[in-house]
Amino acid sequence: MLISPPAWSGAIILLIALLRFPITTVAVPPPSSVQVSAIGADAAAGKHLFERHCAVCHGIEGKGGRGPGLNRVQLAHAPDDTALKSVISDGISPDMPAGWFLTDEDVANLTAYVRSLSKVPSEPVPGDGVRGARVYAKGGCSNCHIIAGAGFGFGPELSNIGIRRSAPYIRNAIVKPGATMPEGFLLVEAITPAGDKIEGIRVNEDTFSIQIKDATGQFHSLRKQDLKDLQKLRGETPMPSYEGVLNTSELDDLVAYLASLRGKQ
Amino acid sequence: MKLAVAVLLCTTAFGQVSFDRISNANKEPGNWLTYSGNYQGHRFSPLAEITAENVSRLKVKWAYQFPDRNNEVSPIVVDNIMYVSGPNSATALDAYTGRVLWNWKRPLPSDYHSIGFGHVSRGPAVLEDKLYVATLDCYLVALDVKSGIERWAVKVADYKTGYSMTLAPLAINGKVVVGVSGGEAGIRGFVDAYDAKTGKQAWRFWTIPGPGDPGHDSWAGDSWKTGGGPTWVTGTYDPDLNLVFWGVGNPSPDWNGDPRNGDNLYTCSLLALDADTGRLRWYFQFTPHDTHDWDSNHVPILFDTTTGDRKRKLIAIANRNAFYYVLDRVTGEFVAGRPYAKQTWATGLDAKGRPIRLQGAEPTEKGTLLYPNANGATVWFSPSYSPHTGLVYVAVREIGATYFKRDMEYKVGTFYAGGGENELPADDSFGAIRALDAATGAQRWEFMLQSPPWAGVLSTAGGLVFSGSDEGNFYALNDQTGKALWDFQTGAAIASNPIAFTVDGHQRIAISADRVLYVFGL
Repeated sequence: MLISPPAWSGAIILLIALLRFPITTVAVPPPSSVQVSAIGADAAAGKHLFERHCAVCHGIEGKGGRGPGLNRVQLAHAPDDTALKSVISDGISPDMPAGWFLTDEDVANLTAYVRSLSKVPSEPVPGDGVRGARVYAKGGCSNCHIIAGAGFGFGPELSNIGIRRSAPYIRNAIVKPGATMPEGFLLVEAITPAGDKIEGIRVNEDTFSIQIKDATGQFHSLRKQDLKDLQKLRGETPMPSYEGVLNTSELDDLVAYLASLRGKQ
Repeated sequence: MKLAVAVLLCTTAFGQVSFDRISNANKEPGNWLTYSGNYQGHRFSPLAEITAENVSRLKVKWAYQFPDRNNEVSPIVVDNIMYVSGPNSATALDAYTGRVLWNWKRPLPSDYHSIGFGHVSRGPAVLEDKLYVATLDCYLVALDVKSGIERWAVKVADYKTGYSMTLAPLAINGKVVVGVSGGEAGIRGFVDAYDAKTGKQAWRFWTIPGPGDPGHDSWAGDSWKTGGGPTWVTGTYDPDLNLVFWGVGNPSPDWNGDPRNGDNLYTCSLLALDADTGRLRWYFQFTPHDTHDWDSNHVPILFDTTTGDRKRKLIAIANRNAFYYVLDRVTGEFVAGRPYAKQTWATGLDAKGRPIRLQGAEPTEKGTLLYPNANGATVWFSPSYSPHTGLVYVAVREIGATYFKRDMEYKVGTFYAGGGENELPADDSFGAIRALDAATGAQRWEFMLQSPPWAGVLSTAGGLVFSGSDEGNFYALNDQTGKALWDFQTGAAIASNPIAFTVDGHQRIAISADRVLYVFGL
């Protein structure tokens, strides 16, 4: 059964598909072509090195494998390029070997390439961000999302969505949320032994148990073998489409507002 | 005087783990004397205190926190003392309480790099009064089992050229056998044996034949020099045949076979080596000219069958390439084989067990989607064989990947892989414990897992199968049906092999999960 918007306590659920929710950081698709970074390093040369020395663990496109995915804005061990260069040169003990054989130029090129994996294309946005903030407030988006500490934490936080997602991606997520489902996001519907129906987002799952967060923010821990039914609603999202709900101007403004959110710089 | 004699006798007996004791490990199920529990690679415990009826009452008796993360150890237990190893370290624990009795550590050189794997040790080995540990920087070290003080250390290989050691040594009759890691670094692999008392090298078998040796012509040009063939998982041993059975890993570079035309012997093979001389008795190659990183580094399972008057000594491998194989362990002859997991690279096996490959299964510049992925349908973690059920229990990974090929230059001590993969998303993959008829590979049952596992399997005479999940579940299944009977959330992904032993006659089950070793009992 689908989870229809009216079942969610009247909350307007916005942009739930923008991020991998709720634990891990977003998996940003790599750009179609690598770019030369502002510091003059050659990301294309970095790509060549990456595929030969890094791909065994991080995947041929940096999406992860034995090692973590690198196609994300915030890297746990590399908050800035200086740190990223150190990681590439020195490794991360005990699991990541040092790039002792790389030249300074190699390291700079690799850094540029790794950063390009999460680079969001910068392009002109037609709307007005100030008006967009009012659309966001008026629309009740904060009933499901948090920006700069304000709102309800059911959907993903949007405080820095502008550096994680491009404006066209944000626009698409608002009008066609089901088409922009992040990897790992899953809506589920469970029927308990007592016959109660629990709908919500899968926040964790192992072989024996599943943890679900419902629209009120309540967590449910369920033994899978005890359930009468467990439906995994692949491709579905509690976020409704705003196509036709917002007019073109409002949509432009909302996209402009969200694309401007950079988090704490 | 009487007291002194008693103490002396006691002291003499303490810690003396003879070859004969290990050969008859099933007669003293309260101990766990070798990596797989016995030389036959069964990882089966004859203990039967914990059963399907009472396993629901299993509780943690004690836990031990390792100093390092991501432990993959399979402990050794001798007479109420448990021995564990970590990266360049070993520890003796009181099996009653988990309290430390001694510690040993060898500093890891600052210029050591593990190329394609973690800083792990999969376990120690014991023989007579010594505990043997293989170190990441490629030393085989013999420790005094009572104190942890080093007796001798011998350099097995030069870590600066990409070699490493993560495996548990195999201690047999007067010798300690080890292998090496480095299949992503273009090493030339080998299996080594050392005198257990002195550390003097007894023999070496190169897994890549040199000029003039049989099989050398399966390599193009000089590609054999950097051909890989690592030997990083502990083998098994048949005391009657005096044969050591050892798996060989992938050829290098992994995903680009262009520089190494040919079958690339003895990569992705099983070797039968004379334990006295290291001479090759037979080999069987599972994946000729591999281009998917499908190491054949597995624990081979030895078992016998009787059909009419005919008795056969067999050996079974659930291979990373998704096929299950049964061979005659006297001759290496192919007996049976079939897929035990999804695979899209071969139509089957021919009469000699050689894969019949599908066209278009090779890695390319643009990528080739294939099952299984590079980590394979199963990996280094151990299967289990129960002589009670005649079943082999395998932890199976159902996951595909897109394989890519890239050009590659060899540089000493760095990755020499020639490509990589993109794994399919987590929700498109899963895992299972599958019970296979040992003689045929026919599946009897399966227990589904949330994701592809990294933990080995233990079966017991209590009718149970134990294993772990990548989400931290440690669990028990009915060995006849696969029904789940008990589970415990350890709090971290499990990437190790379970064992069983006793304290004061009561059965214990041990498993490590990341930094913590748990010991369970009723």
